[in-house]
Amino acid sequence: MKANNTLMRADRSASLLWRRHMCDRLATGLSWLGMLIVVFMLGSILWTLLKNGLAGLNVHLFTLSMAAPGQPGGLANAIMGSLIQTGLAILIGAPAGLMTGIYLAEYGAGSRMARIVRFVSDMLLSAPSILIGLFIYMMLVVPFGHFSGFSGAVALAILAMPIVVRTTEDMLRLVPVAMREAGIALGAPKWRVILFICVRAVRAGIMTGVLLSIARVAGETAPLLFTSLGNSEWSLDLGRPMASLPVAIYQYAGSAYQDWMQQAWTGALLVTLGVLIINIVVRVGTRGGRS
Amino acid sequence: MEIPARQSLPAMKQAPSHQGGQKGDPAFRLLATATGVGVLVVLGAIIAVMVTGGWKAFATFGPGFLVSAVWNPVTQHFGAAAPVFGTVISSALALLVAVPLAFGTAFWLTALAPPAAASVIGMAVQLLAAVPSIIFGMWGFFVVVPVVAHYVQPAARQLFGHVPGLSALVAGAPFGTGLFTAALILAVMITPSITAVMRDVFLSMPAVLRESGYGLGATRWEVMRHVVLPWSRQGVVGGIVLGMGRAMGETMAVTFVIGDSNHIGWSLFAPANTIASLIALEFPESPAGSLKLASLMALGAILMAISFVTLWFSRWLLARGEQAAGR
Repeated sequence: MKANNTLMRADRSASLLWRRHMCDRLATGLSWLGMLIVVFMLGSILWTLLKNGLAGLNVHLFTLSMAAPGQPGGLANAIMGSLIQTGLAILIGAPAGLMTGIYLAEYGAGSRMARIVRFVSDMLLSAPSILIGLFIYMMLVVPFGHFSGFSGAVALAILAMPIVVRTTEDMLRLVPVAMREAGIALGAPKWRVILFICVRAVRAGIMTGVLLSIARVAGETAPLLFTSLGNSEWSLDLGRPMASLPVAIYQYAGSAYQDWMQQAWTGALLVTLGVLIINIVVRVGTRGGRS
Repeated sequence: MEIPARQSLPAMKQAPSHQGGQKGDPAFRLLATATGVGVLVVLGAIIAVMVTGGWKAFATFGPGFLVSAVWNPVTQHFGAAAPVFGTVISSALALLVAVPLAFGTAFWLTALAPPAAASVIGMAVQLLAAVPSIIFGMWGFFVVVPVVAHYVQPAARQLFGHVPGLSALVAGAPFGTGLFTAALILAVMITPSITAVMRDVFLSMPAVLRESGYGLGATRWEVMRHVVLPWSRQGVVGGIVLGMGRAMGETMAVTFVIGDSNHIGWSLFAPANTIASLIALEFPESPAGSLKLASLMALGAILMAISFVTLWFSRWLLARGEQAAGR
């Protein structure tokens, strides 16, 4: 009787063990599947871009401005426009983000105000970029009566800033107290301690944030539709509509012309490679720095 | 050696007040604080601009704006119901796909992967998150749309087309563009960010908890299910809500594949519109000061309200999760 009981119990526990292992196997298998699907999606996107984009990669793309279908044309003005607007956006957004990060880490730390600022900055980080576009449209386009490259840059700056805020604050918090104290003990005023000791010590980390913000705004399309609009001619005037690579891709990809489509794909390849290369450099660089 | 040092001590205490740089302190503090407060001003201005910009539409159509599904530029009658419906349904469907994918990937990254592979795949996930949304749109339009049109929707119609109750979900001509395709693209776009949050909260759990689970003989899945998940619940939900916020505000990718139709229906495969895609598509034909532009701004205000509440909720959950982790 007793032996029988033990046998049954052993049997039951064996089946339980088997079930537990099957559960584990199933979960493990599904987890592998999920990971493979995600990697496959990235692979599919890159493959599509390379397959369709490489064919159009030639000198004209970089030397000629956008042209009517059938005419020899390139994306030179769009590339230039993207560089100008992204550059100006970073020139506005990065210092503003740096100062806000300094406020959060050094001056406001722990205060109610700082908590609200951090919260709002995080919300702006994930806010729909199309809203920023509409906002700048009402602020800088409607009052002046025309679309402009400058308004595009401001819209991108608002999108770039929260990333710099985040990294600056995170980085400044890593600076050891002893280092600040050393600066203060030498008689340096607080602003010098912050700028020339703390910020300088973590400048690589802050650069990471700036690079990531460049990568983020360089591919933004939605806010530019309402601000810099796009321009098919070569124009460096910030007061006029300005072309940009993402908007040019959007215009061309929706067209029915073979050569425009080709340029859209090649432009897409350029934007994606640029953005991904910045990301890879940043991530490999920071990993090397940490270890 | 010691005497000069002692003598110089009082001098050092005095030193800062003599330095001209000290005057920079209040100025720098003011500058930093003003920039920080400037962030609040920007948010306030965004809210004010969206609400005042859309005021004309709210005033013209009243509360009916929210429930009317009409979008007719000819009769100058505009309503928000159709794009709001499209936004909610496409984001919800996207979450249905993205959450299992993200959870599986995060589980793999934190519990199953060899360290070297985890860092490579982790990087790939980050890169997927960095791909600009317009690229997702092109990829969706030229790669995913044909697949949905030729394979997915016909197959779905074969399977469910004759099942009462389900047939309406798969009805309509197989265009390939529509809610379902938009949801798929959105899912691919938000999976990396949900994965990143999940991985971070999983890894923030003290290793000793995980190890005690293994020590008791639990399998990897059991440790995930009964130790890691309960511990990181708030962070996981926060990440999912964050992903939903992203999906609802996404513009370019959706614009390519949603099909541009202001129609509310049962079919998952029918062309539709989200708030963001409608704004992007209709904006070029909406002159400043027109009722149509005001309606688009009003839609923007609704999108802003939805996404800010969502983001606020997710940040709140994530912050609470972090607090719990610190305890």
